Amino acid sequence: MDLNILWFILITVLFVGFFILEGFDYGVGILLPFLGKNDTERRVIINTIGPVWDGNEVWLLTAGGAIFAAFPHWYATLFSGFYMALFLLLLGLIVRAVAFEYRSKDENPRWRMVWDWAIFFGSAVPALLWGVAIANMVYGVKIDAEMNYVGTFFDLLNPYALLGGLASFTLFTLHGAVYLDLKTTDALRERAMKMTLRVGPVATVIVVAFIIATYFFTDAIEHLGVDPGFVPMASLLSLFGAAYFVNTKRLGWGFVMTSLNIGLSVITIFMLLFPRVLVSNLNPEWSLTIYNASSSPKTLTIMSFVALIFLPIVLGYQAWSYWVFRHRVSIKSELTY
Amino acid sequence: MDALILARWQFAITTVYHFFFVPLSIGLALIVAIMETIYVRTGNPLYKTMTKFWGKLLVINFAIGVATGIVQEFQFGMNWSDYSRFVGDIFGAPLAIEALMAFFLESTFLGLWLFGWEKLTKLQHLVSIWLLAIGSTISSFWILAANSFMHQPVGYVINNGRAEMESFSALLTNGHLWVQWPHTMFAAISTAAFFVLGISAYHLRRPLADEAKELFRRSFQIGTLIGIVSTLGVVLAGHAQSQYIIKVQPMKMAAAEALWESEDPAALSLFTVASEAEQRDLFAIKIPGMLSFLTFNRFEGEVRGIKDLQAESEATYGPGNYIPSVFLNYWSFRGMVGAGTLMLGLAAMALYMLARDKIQSPRMLALLVPALGLPYLANATGWIFTEMGRQPWIVYGVLRTEDAVSPTVSTGMVLITLIGFTLVYLVLMAATAYLMLKYATRVPGETATVHAG
Ligand code: HDD
Ligand code: HEM
Ligand code: HEM
Repeated sequence: MDLNILWFILITVLFVGFFILEGFDYGVGILLPFLGKNDTERRVIINTIGPVWDGNEVWLLTAGGAIFAAFPHWYATLFSGFYMALFLLLLGLIVRAVAFEYRSKDENPRWRMVWDWAIFFGSAVPALLWGVAIANMVYGVKIDAEMNYVGTFFDLLNPYALLGGLASFTLFTLHGAVYLDLKTTDALRERAMKMTLRVGPVATVIVVAFIIATYFFTDAIEHLGVDPGFVPMASLLSLFGAAYFVNTKRLGWGFVMTSLNIGLSVITIFMLLFPRVLVSNLNPEWSLTIYNASSSPKTLTIMSFVALIFLPIVLGYQAWSYWVFRHRVSIKSELTY
Repeated sequence: MDALILARWQFAITTVYHFFFVPLSIGLALIVAIMETIYVRTGNPLYKTMTKFWGKLLVINFAIGVATGIVQEFQFGMNWSDYSRFVGDIFGAPLAIEALMAFFLESTFLGLWLFGWEKLTKLQHLVSIWLLAIGSTISSFWILAANSFMHQPVGYVINNGRAEMESFSALLTNGHLWVQWPHTMFAAISTAAFFVLGISAYHLRRPLADEAKELFRRSFQIGTLIGIVSTLGVVLAGHAQSQYIIKVQPMKMAAAEALWESEDPAALSLFTVASEAEQRDLFAIKIPGMLSFLTFNRFEGEVRGIKDLQAESEATYGPGNYIPSVFLNYWSFRGMVGAGTLMLGLAAMALYMLARDKIQSPRMLALLVPALGLPYLANATGWIFTEMGRQPWIVYGVLRTEDAVSPTVSTGMVLITLIGFTLVYLVLMAATAYLMLKYATRVPGETATVHAG
């Protein structure tokens, strides 16, 4: 295995971590205005992710940095190409990050309401746009011989990509709902449970539709770099598994299943792409691949050492922090602001 | 207006905005960690209240530092895609390492510190804030390693039209990094020290209950000791940096001194009004020989002027304009050095107040309140000087800014995002200022902390 492949795998790992962890943060943020009936309940909801959301977001920052370091052309084409989409996504992430910390620092109800909606939009917009972006990566975009994106913002909003956006949006909402089932108590928990049962079927239908669309509207199947084998099937099964466990009230397992579903979906998509990283639908020759977009072997070697040392350390202390905050949060808890 | 100008404005606005919050995060994390250490060692609850008071302000500042940082991570790809292609091999590595080594550490342990007062042991909690402080220090090192490459490219070869890494250790031992990093770290710590001094002074001028008075007296002490050391540090490191920059980027320093002709011995300008078009001074007050002294530690030695350096650059790189904005360089450098000189004086005054037990003197305290703005001025002008003085280069001597911008991003798109980011920034800035004022002026212990309900 060469280093280009190793880095493709590492970036896949970073995105898997990011979508599983930040996925439920987005879901919790989306559900905040609908599940929290009063100020205290909304604070409880926020506190379920309060200590961890920033650490989860760093998975994205690291993935971004890793793409820059290992595949600079991918970084350059992707972010200058998906410019307006990224702009909207960043606006969402900025206001959301501030909202979590500022929301409770003033008692004025209007102040709190504004920040609560900032959390909602700051979670909903990225949840949607991530699906759009990933779908476009598989679908192919207008990339010219100089590796530059020459399409427009509206080219990115094709029906297939929008379906991808809906899929990620509903999936993250479901993931967040199951997380809240696990982390809250009493009335709030009952409402979260009801929400889970309502979102579950919707998410399943949309995800299945997206899978079917992938067969018909992309060339991914003819281009298979690696046979994804049982992975896509396992991803789908885990979604049904989630339904089963939620209905039988085994929520811990339900959460494992939604996590598996998200992780395996990301892996499937990266396997479909491999060895390409951005597909050109103007000319297949112009696609960016892990070879023509990569850094020098020297940089890849150095980065490999750094990543293989530090990624396990990060996993270790992040796991510890989840352990520290493992208990449910309730309106009777001492709420940290 | 073309996309290049707008992209530059956007970069300048977003980074200056980010760096408006960064120094306080770095410095205050360290100071709060020191306060909590005293608490854990002495068990004195006063220091716990103190840690929480300053910790609250740290968290408000940190949140906006994080939010503005997110944009930084992606804007190289958005607006500067040709730059990213050209230097990605070298430049991406420190950025990715920064995320892996520093951002994870900072964010995870901030969460633990903030939400962990009841859940962690005293020692674990203390370690969390220290890891936060260490994380932000590591972060500054890696990002400045990337930035130093742009000022003094080292350890690379040009292959297939892009820069490739030849030596990673050259990147880490870059001389520019080792003058820039200490200066920036001292700047960050002095920013936080003046922040603590200013707010403590504000409270000490008011009638206070005994406990609160004691809290701010001791904060004042801590602020003074850290302030005097870090301000001395930033000025000395700045001096070393000037001497270094005059060697590696002579044009930047010549422009900062509005030195048109090479001189030996060279005079130091105190106040110059110059005509850039005619390349001459209209009015100037100068100290003879002083610039040579500052450069070489003796009153002679040639300092090269703008005209000679322009001719040299043309000989090396071909025809073109290699002179950055003299006006901006000259005044931003003076803004920074002026602020630094005042800070040194004020830190000395605070020390005098402590030594002579004049800590209640209302007149001296009154000086220290607005002084907390000085490091902000110096930080912003320092970066404007550093980055504008490098123009027209984005990577000094290797890549021009005009060749670095994204070729496919249209002027309209940059304009929309420029307006969008700026407006959101203004709103968030207002919210931050409001909360900062609210919590900085609140007397600890007076209003009970809000609880559930
Ligand atoms: C000398 C220090 C310094 C400088 C020059 C910069 N930063 Fe910064 N940055 C920090 C010091 C810092 C920090 C101290 O680590 C921050 C500030 C406050 C904070 O929350 O962390 C931070 C936050 C921060 C974050 C959010 C991290 C998180 O979510 O926890 C990102 C992604 C960046 N920065 C990226 C950048 C980039 C790409 C820069 C270059 C243009 C940059 N920063 C300049
Ligand atoms: C956070 C502190 C920083 C501040 C306040 C700052 C500020 C600035 C300013 C004022 C400019 C000039 C804009 C212009 O020419 O119109 C600039 C340019 C630039 N800086 Fe920095 N900078 C900072 C850190 C960095 C770092 C750490 C990097 C790289 C890692 C960097 C990369 C650049 C680039 C790529 C440009 C060229 C684009 C341009 O000209 O606008 N900057 N910066
Ligand atoms: C009074 C003496 C000072 C001197 C002689 C001095 C000198 C310098 C020089 C020469 C640079 C440009 C370096 C480059 O181009 O790479 C610089 C940059 C900078 N200065 Fe200062 N400085 C002084 C005070 C201060 C103070 C008091 C602060 C803030 C509290 C400060 C903050 C900065 C910052 C943030 C930068 C940009 C980062 C860097 O390049 O290091 N400086 N300073």
